[in-house]
Amino acid sequence: MTQHRWRNFINALMFGVTAACALATVLVLFWILGFLLWNGGKSLNLAFFTQLPKPPGETGGGMANAIVGSVQIVLIASIIGIPIGFLGGIYLAEFGRGAFPFLVRYTADLLNGVPSIVMGLFAYAIVVRPMHQFSALAGGVALSVILIPTTIRTTEQFLRAVPQTLREGALALGANKWKTIATVVVPAAVRGVATGMILGIARIAGESAPLLFTSFGNDYWSRSLGQPTSALPLMIYKYAISPYADWHRQAWAAGLVLLVLMLLLNISARLVLSPGAPRN
Amino acid sequence: MEDTAALLEPGIQEPSQPAFLSRLRNGDEIAHLVTLIFAAAILLISVLLVFELYGSSVEARHKFGWGFFLTSRWDPVAGQFGALPFIYGTVVTSAVALVISVPLGVGAAIFLSELAPPRISDALTFIIELLAAVPSVIYGVVAMFALVPLLRDPIQPFLKRTLGFLPLFQGPSYGVGFLAAGVILALMVVPFIISISRESLLAVPNEQREAALAVGATRWESTWQVVVPYARLGIIGSVFLALARALGETMAVTMVIGNTPHIATSLFATGYTIPAVIANEFTEATENLHLSALVELGLVLFLLTIVINGFARLMVLATTRRGSAHP
Repeated sequence: MTQHRWRNFINALMFGVTAACALATVLVLFWILGFLLWNGGKSLNLAFFTQLPKPPGETGGGMANAIVGSVQIVLIASIIGIPIGFLGGIYLAEFGRGAFPFLVRYTADLLNGVPSIVMGLFAYAIVVRPMHQFSALAGGVALSVILIPTTIRTTEQFLRAVPQTLREGALALGANKWKTIATVVVPAAVRGVATGMILGIARIAGESAPLLFTSFGNDYWSRSLGQPTSALPLMIYKYAISPYADWHRQAWAAGLVLLVLMLLLNISARLVLSPGAPRN
Repeated sequence: MEDTAALLEPGIQEPSQPAFLSRLRNGDEIAHLVTLIFAAAILLISVLLVFELYGSSVEARHKFGWGFFLTSRWDPVAGQFGALPFIYGTVVTSAVALVISVPLGVGAAIFLSELAPPRISDALTFIIELLAAVPSVIYGVVAMFALVPLLRDPIQPFLKRTLGFLPLFQGPSYGVGFLAAGVILALMVVPFIISISRESLLAVPNEQREAALAVGATRWESTWQVVVPYARLGIIGSVFLALARALGETMAVTMVIGNTPHIATSLFATGYTIPAVIANEFTEATENLHLSALVELGLVLFLLTIVINGFARLMVLATTRRGSAHP
């Protein structure tokens, strides 16, 4: 009897302990959100979105150039990364058989785990050094190398989830393979594939380490894609480690903007596609 | 017309050739080839990545050899580069991160997959997946302005009072240092441990649970003695994936570790990590030797994470059968 009660006690205790672990982790998100809302919310104003940064020591100013720069860099990354990832994913799901696709798949997974700062070194070597210039283009290349592996794998995953009978139906009606893929398989998986892409783009939009020595940052508007360009995550870093209280204030505001953007993208993408949303 | 001819006289021509030609004409072979080229791009990127990192670090590799990893003097002005302090800092911060995040993450994963009511589990899992999407620089900001003050005042003096006899918890409390970096890393990797461990636990067949419950085990006994051992490999895999992430994490660590290339036993001391030194010095390095030493550190980071990830993926694969390299 006592042993029975002891075992029940342990059962209840471990329920509590593991629940506490889960709750503690969940609270971290609210801690981050709460900190940024409390501190950054007060500092958020119209100037933040419309003005250029002020020189060190002066108060006021905004991050308009960094917001535009982030959009430019992420667009470049998407233009390079999305087609490669999407078509590569089609290959893996529809054409690949044997050792080669296995190799591609495994390489994609390994690249996905490579630290983002290493991708920055890579983009520096293949874009910045030949051009002798930090640029939005180099930043885009660095981010595209991060985007490709996730896109290729999520595309493959969602194409594979399309029932085989749909393919057979199309083939039975006389469509050839690529027509089947283009008019039946991809449309059937388009929500999932698009969700995967949005999550991938959201992820690279928050990256800062690979931009440090590719797009570098800029206190003014950059006049072309071949020039050093600012990005929101870079500005957050620069302002947070600065000694100026006013810059800290703006770093919190920028952090709030970035976090809310990330959460909105993630929540909407995952709600559109409730079952089996992709990770990473 | 040619199709019909081939059909009517099957034995006359080589059978595969017209089939190939007709498939080429209707686009299948072209589609195959085009998508193949894009898929192969990822292999090209990897090869180029290794080639560039290897090639750009040649100067440091020739000058310092293996001594690069064993000496601790990092002096760009004198042209002396020893990576030991950075390797030490990377290992220590990752170890602290795992010590905190493994129990927390595995506990949470057990709760979410085995013990929690489904609706609560779904809601918590959703939030934890959002946590995985928070950018690293935001963790850094919160660590700098919220975690470091907490460590400096109540936490580190408390650790010193209670565990101060250990060399790990001695010295002045700056707030920034190995401990701050380790704690923020732990918070960053915990969502990955949870999501992959949870998947491995969910992949355990229900018969296992039912059999344990049928012989009189409590819910917890069935979970701990049957389900968790069954999912063991996947859980270990999740820990290695988290380790690879912790090793390469840059921004948050750079912001709170103090950035001083020292080796110290105390977790309260400031230090430096491999990604942090690359982030801080790469744009400022003017000498080729300095650049090449930094790229060599990048190469080390790359190889380490590739090996750890490769290993972990295989383990996760073995339990969930839907890990990486499996259709």
